Amino acid sequence: MRSFENYRDLITVLTQKEMKVKYKSSVFGYCWSVAHPLAFAFVYFIAFKVVMRIQMEDYSLFLIAGLFPWQWFSSSVSAAPMVFLSNASIIKKVNFPRNIIPLTIVLNDMIHFILSMPVIVVFLFIYHRSPSLSWLYGIPLLLIIQLIMTYGAALFIASINLFFRDFERLTSIFITLLFYFTPIIYPETMVPEKFRPLVNLNPLASLMVSWRNLFLNGTLDASALAISFAYSIVFFVPGYLVYRKLSWKFAEVL
Amino acid sequence: MEVRRGPVSGPVIIFDSVSKSYPLYHHITGGLKNFLFHFPRAVSQLKNHRYEALQGISFQVNRGESFGIIGKNGAGKSTTLGLIAGVLKPSVGTILVKGRVSPLLELGSGFSGELTGRENIVLNGVLMGLARADVLRKMEEIIEFSGLDNFIDQPLRTYSTGMMMRLGFSVVASLDPEILLIDEVLAVGDIEFQKKCMDRMKGFRENGVTIVFVSHVLKDVLTICDRVVWIENHQVRMIGSSEEVVKSYSNPNNRRSGDPGKGDKLS
Repeated sequence: MRSFENYRDLITVLTQKEMKVKYKSSVFGYCWSVAHPLAFAFVYFIAFKVVMRIQMEDYSLFLIAGLFPWQWFSSSVSAAPMVFLSNASIIKKVNFPRNIIPLTIVLNDMIHFILSMPVIVVFLFIYHRSPSLSWLYGIPLLLIIQLIMTYGAALFIASINLFFRDFERLTSIFITLLFYFTPIIYPETMVPEKFRPLVNLNPLASLMVSWRNLFLNGTLDASALAISFAYSIVFFVPGYLVYRKLSWKFAEVL
Repeated sequence: MEVRRGPVSGPVIIFDSVSKSYPLYHHITGGLKNFLFHFPRAVSQLKNHRYEALQGISFQVNRGESFGIIGKNGAGKSTTLGLIAGVLKPSVGTILVKGRVSPLLELGSGFSGELTGRENIVLNGVLMGLARADVLRKMEEIIEFSGLDNFIDQPLRTYSTGMMMRLGFSVVASLDPEILLIDEVLAVGDIEFQKKCMDRMKGFRENGVTIVFVSHVLKDVLTICDRVVWIENHQVRMIGSSEEVVKSYSNPNNRRSGDPGKGDKLS
């Protein structure tokens, strides 16, 4: 019924809107989106490097390379519970593909992540390293995988939260747990031997490790890529099915 | 239990013994915690307690017709509009809608208070299914009709309710609607703009645009609508020419139950 042009325009217009609503002025908004993960990096640096004296070289660079992609995932997923609720009046009146709303949230956070990459480059240079040519294919691949994964999770949470309004709280607890179980502030090699096989049960572990290895060493491990891709499908398919099953009831429950 | 859409001539909206009921969701919107703690009760309530919003409604609206829906609050008018717009599915019966449905949106709510009037016009247009280029082409016409040229680049949150309504009506009215859904709005805005809206709606009748109009202002219903359905207690009480239906509706002897439709005024 809707044309391809309309779909494309819906996504563009809604993403631009999201951008504008989130960051009222563009320059300041950009600083804001970078400041958030940087502040976290600073806190973890103080806690683990300065106070607890973790034995790692270039720990601040290490933190940044993991925290920036994490920030994308966590900010999209934390926004997800409210996206349908806050657009109730439109969902109740117009028949449009509602899955576009969470999609634009995820796309918007992805754009901010891409825009924050120069900060990672600056830190690389500070530590006398440089970007690698493998970024040219590595970044798009990982972007696609994380986009599918984050979108699937956001779609699932957004749909469920319409029916169970306290799902939002569970989401924030889940994000906190996931963060500490993911090798972002510590390397996966530091995980004790007997727990090491469990790391890959965490859907985000291999993706976040892949980002960090790509940023720091320019390497991309094929098996980690395959695991991440498999997890992104595991997030997306149920998320989409739940959305499909429930979307007809959105206007009833709002 | 199906909704089909496509361009054909003749009636553009057909409701064939449509019923709509839904579970009382408050048992679960209370939260997952409540739901799990009272699991058996919550499930049985979800299954057995359904709210009957419409029961066996049938009517047809022809192309180019202006069709009014009147009735008390809670009678099922908004549910009917939701079914026409395709945001709700009927529980029983068939609904056929042919053509693009343009609902009049409450601008500024939820979506878009930070966006300017101009940006809201684009947002509304694409939500209704148009390509952005088509909306941009109509932009000047919409702004001119709304008479908001001084405010059009201000964020919508600075608008008064009346101004938002003006903008909302100008958008749907200018974007080549096929089936226009108007829910209770023209009461807002000054007399001059109300007259403009009325004129535009009369123009639609001549151009074959179908209008479904829900209002408590019976005078507007009489001016705009050819035919009217009166919905009472979730069922069709009466259907016919607007004079006929409005006359019986405003006759106090014809009111079945208690509250005589507060807010419905003939003047």
